[in-house]
Amino acid sequence: MARSRLPLFRRISQIFFLLLFIGLLIFTALRPTPGAAGDIEMRAPVRLFFEWDPLVALGNALASHSLYRGLLLSLVILLPTLFLGRFFCGWICPLGTLQQFVGSWHSESKRGKRRIESNRYKRWQTIKYVVLIAGLVAAFFGSMAIGWLDPFSLLVRSLGLSILPAFNYAVRASLWPFEHSHIAFVRSAGEDLHSALQATVLDFRQTHFQQGVFLGVLFVLILVASLRVTRLWCRSICPLGALLGAVSRWSVLGLHKDPVACDRCNLCLLHCQGGDDPIGGVPWRKSECVMCMNCVGSCPHSGIEFRFFRKEKEILSPDLGRRRAVTGLAAGAVVVPLMRANTGLGKDRNARLLRPPGALDEPDFLARCIRCGECMKVCPNNALQPTLDQAGLAGLWTPTLVPRIGYCEPSCVLCSEVCPTGAIWQITPREKGWVVGVSQSNSRPVRLGTAFYDRGHCLPWAMATECIVCEEWCPVSPKAIYILEAQVADASGKAKTLKQPYIDPGRCVGCGACEYACPIQDHPAVYVTSIGESRSPSSQILLNPK
Amino acid sequence: MSGDSDRKLNAEEARLPAGMSRREALLEILRLGGVAAGVGGAAFWLSERNTKPVPARPEQARRDHRVAADAQLPQMTVVYYPMENGTATAAREGEPRALVQQALENLGGIRRFISRQDTVVLKPNIAWDRTPEQAANTNPELVAEVVRQCWQAGARRVVVTDVSCNEPQRCFLRSGIQAAARAEGADVILPEQRLFREVNMNGIVLKDWPVFGPFLDADKVINLPIAKQHGLVGVTLGMKNWYGILGGARNRLHQQIHQSLVDLANFMLPTLTIMDCYRVLLRNGPTGGDLEDVALKKTVVASTDPVAIDTYVAKAYWNLNPEDLPYLQMAAARGLGTVDFEKLAVKISRLSLKAS
Repeated sequence: MARSRLPLFRRISQIFFLLLFIGLLIFTALRPTPGAAGDIEMRAPVRLFFEWDPLVALGNALASHSLYRGLLLSLVILLPTLFLGRFFCGWICPLGTLQQFVGSWHSESKRGKRRIESNRYKRWQTIKYVVLIAGLVAAFFGSMAIGWLDPFSLLVRSLGLSILPAFNYAVRASLWPFEHSHIAFVRSAGEDLHSALQATVLDFRQTHFQQGVFLGVLFVLILVASLRVTRLWCRSICPLGALLGAVSRWSVLGLHKDPVACDRCNLCLLHCQGGDDPIGGVPWRKSECVMCMNCVGSCPHSGIEFRFFRKEKEILSPDLGRRRAVTGLAAGAVVVPLMRANTGLGKDRNARLLRPPGALDEPDFLARCIRCGECMKVCPNNALQPTLDQAGLAGLWTPTLVPRIGYCEPSCVLCSEVCPTGAIWQITPREKGWVVGVSQSNSRPVRLGTAFYDRGHCLPWAMATECIVCEEWCPVSPKAIYILEAQVADASGKAKTLKQPYIDPGRCVGCGACEYACPIQDHPAVYVTSIGESRSPSSQILLNPK
Repeated sequence: MSGDSDRKLNAEEARLPAGMSRREALLEILRLGGVAAGVGGAAFWLSERNTKPVPARPEQARRDHRVAADAQLPQMTVVYYPMENGTATAAREGEPRALVQQALENLGGIRRFISRQDTVVLKPNIAWDRTPEQAANTNPELVAEVVRQCWQAGARRVVVTDVSCNEPQRCFLRSGIQAAARAEGADVILPEQRLFREVNMNGIVLKDWPVFGPFLDADKVINLPIAKQHGLVGVTLGMKNWYGILGGARNRLHQQIHQSLVDLANFMLPTLTIMDCYRVLLRNGPTGGDLEDVALKKTVVASTDPVAIDTYVAKAYWNLNPEDLPYLQMAAARGLGTVDFEKLAVKISRLSLKAS
């Protein structure tokens, strides 16, 4: 009897979804169509994988008591899982695919007996359910920190903020010798290749991200771990896998083992991805199976197949145990309130924590942000960066505007467009209110903060030198930076008339263009802090802001 | 057991050297000698090359794209649509094109400036993420018309480019210039980092700066600025538009802005300057944003004299004299043009408004 072709179909599906994922990630960038004019919008459905993600949807629902736009799509994954089991993990999830791919590089230590042993069900596989419970409880208490471990969040963050920028650098560095060759033919070939790559996979310009090395190393470690233990991350930590595993207990599709055919050859175990004991003689563990179909394909006696409505001894739910369940509950329930009782959120917020335009007030923001990095990936000025401690421990890897690296482009709302959870609520350029001019829009503009002068660093204020580049760049009209002529004395004591800048806090939107353009690059003479940000009713300076 | 086998192995090893033939030994020596010679040679060669790393020698060329003067023809022209009761009528499609056509005709036609097979680089202002109505960037119709005329004159290649301040892709897109210029078949080049080249500008304050490559490879360069107010200088007109050929830390130029402007104008002498005064940004320049800051003037000024045209436009819309704008006097003193635009031959044309 012919071997089952199901593993082949699965592999095709995995490759398709992996390519789709990477393609969408590359298109999570400002890539205007040639000849287009007017406002700039995302054309590719770059949020797709997050909208499919039932974990994001469930967390969003627990934290916000609603579902943000597009998250309804997660039913497309959740409902079939209810009937069919965790097909998603084995057939779609790109992080699973990458681990499976790396795990398939046979190393000596993985061959044979050791691998078979490591593929037997292990008690530590229940850790992911503890993670899931803790994450969902945390979401209920207003922290979507589960996004640290959500597979798409992890992938977009790692690839988008670390691996792809590194790839961009490597490609450009490799092309450099060709583009600067003395031989005209080599030079033009290098330039043409560069242009072609630029039009397809390369970013318009090299991006840089804080903690990029760290994020990249974490990601590589996850892949390397799967060399030792097949899909170690999927089996032990992935909270989405845990959620789908818990849901799949009712599924009507399951593994049928022919007890007569099995001669304990262990081939099914050798290729098992989920660690769900497909071998005869022990009960199948439904919640662990990722439906990779390798056991079906590898059984030499065709003794294993997936069947509907079977009646066989199996283990439906994870053997979580009361103690572990309570651990998860307690972790989520204790940690978030503990962190909220600390300073940094209720009191004494970080002055340099500048959230993207459209961001909700900090408590709502933290309750929604899954730290996926989509906003940082898409920002055309590379201005959004992952936080380390600026937003507190619970806010690790949430986005913050770093004006030294890039300012917020006046008419751009791409970050709000790609945000899958509404942490950055979708706004239009008109709602942002920097485009039409502050005086013309009926509503108040979105403000990220307020700029201040450090007169000790400012050329016209401290060094009797003309400058006011900040005023030139200020994007609002009337300008939030106004200038007054002043008499100063230079080093020789000679009187000199020059223009000195001042901030009008009522007009400043906190875009950071002044700080970005300031020639004092390492310690700018004008800098933006979060006071006056429109999302926060408490963080205001003026009694009556315009 | 293992001890025994070890001893055996050692005994075999001890016999091995004797087993190597003379021929094998010789080959071995040759191989090693070859590697040693190679490594030694490479080391000496690299050692010879040891010099302190310095940046590549910058190019040394002033760019003079002027064409011969013609005493029969005016050096400057002003073309405008009349106002009705002191205000201009609403903007209409096609008007910037008509203004440019007339301006070029007044100066003797595009063929006077562009020769067959020329590579022409047009330098509109595409600095800001703004729409045409906000008048922070050059009017796209004006740019498109110049592109069309260059093709008519038989140009080999027409390039439209600028080094933007805001995110370039957004600027090129929302200014409408990318679409308009491409529709006329121009090569629209975005300011990519790899295309900059280090140039010695031989200025008084501007020495070595990265200049955007397409400007260095042009046969003819036409400056297409837009007239705007500017906080530090007072106005930003034609000469200030040359900021957009530079890369690097341009934000330092403000410290000696007048000298910088003259250095730039002395480095890049355009074939022609066509100033967009269709919409003039009177306040809150050079970025603007609010339509209240924009005055519809429906005018295009063109000149072969980069100093005279700036002087005229500063006077016309801001009532600023050369004394208020030191860079004009400095540029005139450097021999780049004249501030006495009244003494030039100026042709003024008034176009009639088409019935809507």
